[in-house]
Amino acid sequence: MRSIINYIKEIILGVWSLLKGMKVTGSYFFRPSTIVTQKYPDNRKELVMFERFKGEVVMPHNEKNEHKCTGCGICEINCPNGTIEVISKTVLTEDGKKKRAIDKHIYRLGMCTFCALCVKSCPFNALAFSQEFEHAIFNRALLIKVLNKPGSQLMKGVEQ
Amino acid sequence: MPFDIYDFTSFTKWIDTGLQNSMSPFWTIVVEMLIIGVLILTFYALIGLFLVYAERKVCAFMQNRLGPNRVGPFGIFQTIADLVKLLLVELIPIKNADKFLFNLAPFIVIIASFMAIAAIPFAKGLHAIDLNIGLFYVIAVSAMGVIGVLLAGWSSNNKYSLIGAMRSGAQIVSYELSVGLSLITVVILAGSMQLSEIVLAQADGWFIFKGHIPAFIAFIVFLVASTAETNRGPFDLAEAESELTAGYHTEYSGIKFAFFFLAEYMNMFIVASIAATVFLGGWMPFHVGHWDGFNHIMDFIPPFIWYIVKTFFVIFLMMWFKWTFPRLRIDQLLTLEWKYLLPINLVNILIMSFIVLMGWHY
Repeated sequence: MRSIINYIKEIILGVWSLLKGMKVTGSYFFRPSTIVTQKYPDNRKELVMFERFKGEVVMPHNEKNEHKCTGCGICEINCPNGTIEVISKTVLTEDGKKKRAIDKHIYRLGMCTFCALCVKSCPFNALAFSQEFEHAIFNRALLIKVLNKPGSQLMKGVEQ
Repeated sequence: MPFDIYDFTSFTKWIDTGLQNSMSPFWTIVVEMLIIGVLILTFYALIGLFLVYAERKVCAFMQNRLGPNRVGPFGIFQTIADLVKLLLVELIPIKNADKFLFNLAPFIVIIASFMAIAAIPFAKGLHAIDLNIGLFYVIAVSAMGVIGVLLAGWSSNNKYSLIGAMRSGAQIVSYELSVGLSLITVVILAGSMQLSEIVLAQADGWFIFKGHIPAFIAFIVFLVASTAETNRGPFDLAEAESELTAGYHTEYSGIKFAFFFLAEYMNMFIVASIAATVFLGGWMPFHVGHWDGFNHIMDFIPPFIWYIVKTFFVIFLMMWFKWTFPRLRIDQLLTLEWKYLLPINLVNILIMSFIVLMGWHY
């Protein structure tokens, strides 16, 4: 008798768990708002990438064309693939001292694995990730980018 | 009968007498068979194409995706593009395969489903052959498809194909029992195996309501068993693309593969239309007791629409199963049949016979 009760209980529990699963898929089916697929090339205009997306490394500049990079080269040392190359130069400050500054911050997008070690290790938060992801081009040379804009300068008060 | 406006009997009679007046009886039969063959073939192809599209869309929505949406509006021409591609694909000859059986297998599969569709009543008078053992005929003929599956696996000279075919064999042998017994439950209630009479007996209430709980249990058992019989998920052990690549049709390409593919969907359609005919009243409109106004409005919807809607409801249920449940192992599959479905079915038949004997159904 006990075994028959267990048998029926087993069937009811089994059917119940199956119905639970069907409830999940059924609720997705009847609510098209849960669809996560993006119709990418069509919605290019209104497509917003999420904030932590790692598109490419950029060096943010303020409106006075100033950046925070001192040319210390820590990002270059930390990069596992040799993606970054910092070319520095010496400049004379106002009080006549010699000082190191960046000439070119070269970033090779084609070699980057987007590990974010450069962004994390930068002591001055000079680097950041942008949300740009359409990197396809026909000329490989265009993947080598200079991150500091021409004529840009070090932001005041970064080095203190 | 209130639904006489949609009766096709006089229309088919008119064609029959017209043909008989212009030619000999032999040629009349030949021409009629040709007409019906062309009609069913067209219907078959259209339904097959639509079902593939529907399955992909339903599957996508259940997985939070969009599904095909590039070819035409909402991707409706996707399956047509796929079909054209399949027709143009090269047929790859298999080394050391049994050529004759290899080529024969897809035809057996497709002929089995094609024969079954002939006995299904689409509407009043829209019925190719109305055998007095129609239900029996449909079960017998649709079970023949497994011979094609076995031959395909055997002749492919491929171990995956063979394993898939053997699994399919084991599956059909056990689940055919449940399909038959669950249909017999309804045959007891209807008192006939003729599909047209089964439909007419449901004029005052579909069997799933008429037969109380036993009919409902029979419906559930039929759904489970027929899903297994058509080799669809969660019982798709014969194909099991994650373990056997594609099972019995691994080695097939081009139009021969398309035959298997189409037959799978048509088997689903046939099984669903049997479920709709036997349990949900076939082309009978939905009637509620004495609500004459409501019943009258329901009569205005053509029976063919009723039939299609019910069939697609059952098909949707089967797709829902497929995209929700994980695939069963072979031992779980056989346990489900022999330890659960079969005993439930036998008890169910007893209860149903008792109800019919006592006249408790209405």
